[in-house]
Amino acid sequence: MAQATSTSTVHDVVVVGSGAGGGTATKVLADLGVSVLLLEAGPMLNMADLKEHMWPYLVSHRGAGARGQAYTGGPTGFTYSATYGGAQLEGEPYTVAQGSDFSWFRSRVLGGRTNHYGRVTLRMADYDFKPKSTDGLGFDWPISYQDLAPYYDKAERFIGVTGSVEGIRSAPDGIFNPPGALKAHEVLIQKSCAKLAIRAVSSRQAVTTIARNGRPPCHYCGQCGRGCTTASNYAASYVQIFPAMKTGKVQVIANAMARELITDASGKVTAVSYIDKTTGSERQVRCRTVVLAASACESARLLLNSKSSRHPQGLANSSGKVGRYLMDTVGFSMSAMVPALSGMPHYNTDGYGSHLYVPWWLWDKHKDLNFPRGYHIEVGGGYGMPGVGSFTGVVNRTEGYGVLMKQAIRDEYGTSVGLSGRGEMIPNEDSYCEIDPDMKDTFGIPVLRFHWKWSDHELNQVRHMQQTFRAILEGMGGQIAAGGRGGRANQAAAPSAPTGQRAGGQAPQTGQAGPQTGQADAPAGQPTTMAQQAPANGGVPISRGGAIIHEVGTVRMGDDPRTSPLNKFCQGHEVKNLFVADAAPFVSNADKNPTHTIVALAWRTAEYLAEELRKGNV
Amino acid sequence: MSDISRRDALRRLGLALMATGALDRVAAQEVHHMAAEAQAAASGPYTPQSFSATEFRTLERLTDLIIPVENGAPGALAAGCAAWIDMISSENDQLKKIYKDGFAWVDGAMKTRGAASFVEAAPEQQTALLDEIAYRRNQSPELNPGIEFFTWARRMTVDAFYTSEIGITDIDYRGNRPMGSYPEPTEQIAYVLKRVPTL
Repeated sequence: MAQATSTSTVHDVVVVGSGAGGGTATKVLADLGVSVLLLEAGPMLNMADLKEHMWPYLVSHRGAGARGQAYTGGPTGFTYSATYGGAQLEGEPYTVAQGSDFSWFRSRVLGGRTNHYGRVTLRMADYDFKPKSTDGLGFDWPISYQDLAPYYDKAERFIGVTGSVEGIRSAPDGIFNPPGALKAHEVLIQKSCAKLAIRAVSSRQAVTTIARNGRPPCHYCGQCGRGCTTASNYAASYVQIFPAMKTGKVQVIANAMARELITDASGKVTAVSYIDKTTGSERQVRCRTVVLAASACESARLLLNSKSSRHPQGLANSSGKVGRYLMDTVGFSMSAMVPALSGMPHYNTDGYGSHLYVPWWLWDKHKDLNFPRGYHIEVGGGYGMPGVGSFTGVVNRTEGYGVLMKQAIRDEYGTSVGLSGRGEMIPNEDSYCEIDPDMKDTFGIPVLRFHWKWSDHELNQVRHMQQTFRAILEGMGGQIAAGGRGGRANQAAAPSAPTGQRAGGQAPQTGQAGPQTGQADAPAGQPTTMAQQAPANGGVPISRGGAIIHEVGTVRMGDDPRTSPLNKFCQGHEVKNLFVADAAPFVSNADKNPTHTIVALAWRTAEYLAEELRKGNV
Repeated sequence: MSDISRRDALRRLGLALMATGALDRVAAQEVHHMAAEAQAAASGPYTPQSFSATEFRTLERLTDLIIPVENGAPGALAAGCAAWIDMISSENDQLKKIYKDGFAWVDGAMKTRGAASFVEAAPEQQTALLDEIAYRRNQSPELNPGIEFFTWARRMTVDAFYTSEIGITDIDYRGNRPMGSYPEPTEQIAYVLKRVPTL
């Protein structure tokens, strides 16, 4: 600390992290006239680096990773997508407790994971805010749907979200812009679902299909995962932070890895200490208030590492709940080859990823089910851009060589349909993160140690996905290659292709497709099939903890300071000038992908913070 | 294509879309075209980085057998598959060893069949060997190293081919171009529904 340099300027707000939460807080605060200093642990995003529209042959490794890691293992660094990060970051380790299995994906770039994410944009339902009141499990949020609905509205008006008004309780309607037409395989899925009394509707994606705030409408190139050069999809970087910087209210410090929050004798945060990665030196920025949006687990880590005599368990943690109730989304995927699609006249299936999804349809039938919480289904299929690994499955199955092998590839191209379940996990006492007592990262910051356990609630849910997906796929004549797996089939353009997350669009080209992993650890000569799947769990093919990259919880909100670090405005119960604006405040993890709720909650938190600043309360 | 020209191409596409809001596919084709030009300018005879001249000829012949010219449509040779495999192997010792060992194995196998080496063998001798090592059903202690190697060579040749401009044309991928709207694929929907009468 002695070497830390510090400036005398006291910033109204220092925001730590620039993803969905930090980007939203920054934009909303700047619009309200509040000046913001934004710290990002990675570099600035250079729009010219986005690889949208780029053909594979324009990249020397063609997506195999700079050293061919797609073939022999090791992190590929997602060199073909807009992802800057992964589960393995140089110099930034974490540990996993014995008996646990957890993968922690970190992004290090302005905009964080919003640059590459799947753009799925779902509101939580009214009952999602009150799960304990509904079935006695987990915990209720201190806010209701009515509290957050105005902020979902604001977010949708600003961002642009596709969709259709359906009146389904489990999937509240929003303010939608027109969706793209369904593709042929999506019509098949929809009709097969209908036979099972399951309703499939237009997907809700953070993609504007009309001109909005200087952003041209979507041009349907299907490469959302590579970052959008026209800013037609939502990413915090080019939709919120770059415009906010033009207001003159926002200063960004990139390559700033937050280390610790500094407090005064009264317990208020007075400064944020960070490592300037470009020089390795420690610096401090003084602040009136701080907004943590470093990602759920990084925000918890920062609080736990901010120990002082006044806060021996870490800052805002006299409840002991910081790091607790870590949740991810339950993941399971199954794909099939659908003969009806074979020989179809080729057409452009890119669009904006999936144009169809299946909201949870049994929300009022849980009494008849052996699991208490729901899931939705994301779908994939179509003629994806060929990539490394696209046809590994088919050639390993058909074998041979020459024209016959080529014909098999041609016949199977575009015939694979994938379904991915995304389900709610109930918070439990065995899933949490804490500071590892022994290990530090390259900056000298103590690292996290993860503990993880699925319960029967999640395993039974996956069993239900398995049966349901089989019925849907077989209903369209699909030939299921394997029993399915935990992972993200629908987001893979290709088996084990290290192209990062696509916009939920393309299915694997083959039934043997491996999952999409940050590691792309395909064994020799064969596609990976289990990399994202947890090894134990009684043989149920559930995803590994963290694999769906929806980690939430760890600094939860609640009315009772004894059990919750944050109040209902995501403000520290004990530290009034501390706010958290990422997914850490989540009390539950509904089957709705978290980004939309992060944005809405951060919007609400930022408005509240601006008002408290104006009143002089913080 | 150099980083600078790639960035320039992308920036021009981005600017074209941002400035006009008009979504014409000319811009995307421009990127495509610039890339092809840059590649052509950079190309000359490829100098192998991982393999000897003989090894590289062996690799070229293998890729040619895996994806041959088909009814006049160019195959792995024209798509430069061997060069890509050589380039990737130059950055990955594990792959380099797989290939070097594999070349030695196919040469050894050819010697026992009376040819001097794989590349010098008659085409029917080459395909006779491939007919054995291209199928797992032929697994035996003697053939297993060859089967394992061929699985690698086939997989990476397929990757190299279908990520090339020639391969993308061959598979008839229609996307990666800006569209003003996403029209309903009525012809395709009619096609699939007719084929699943139960729906």
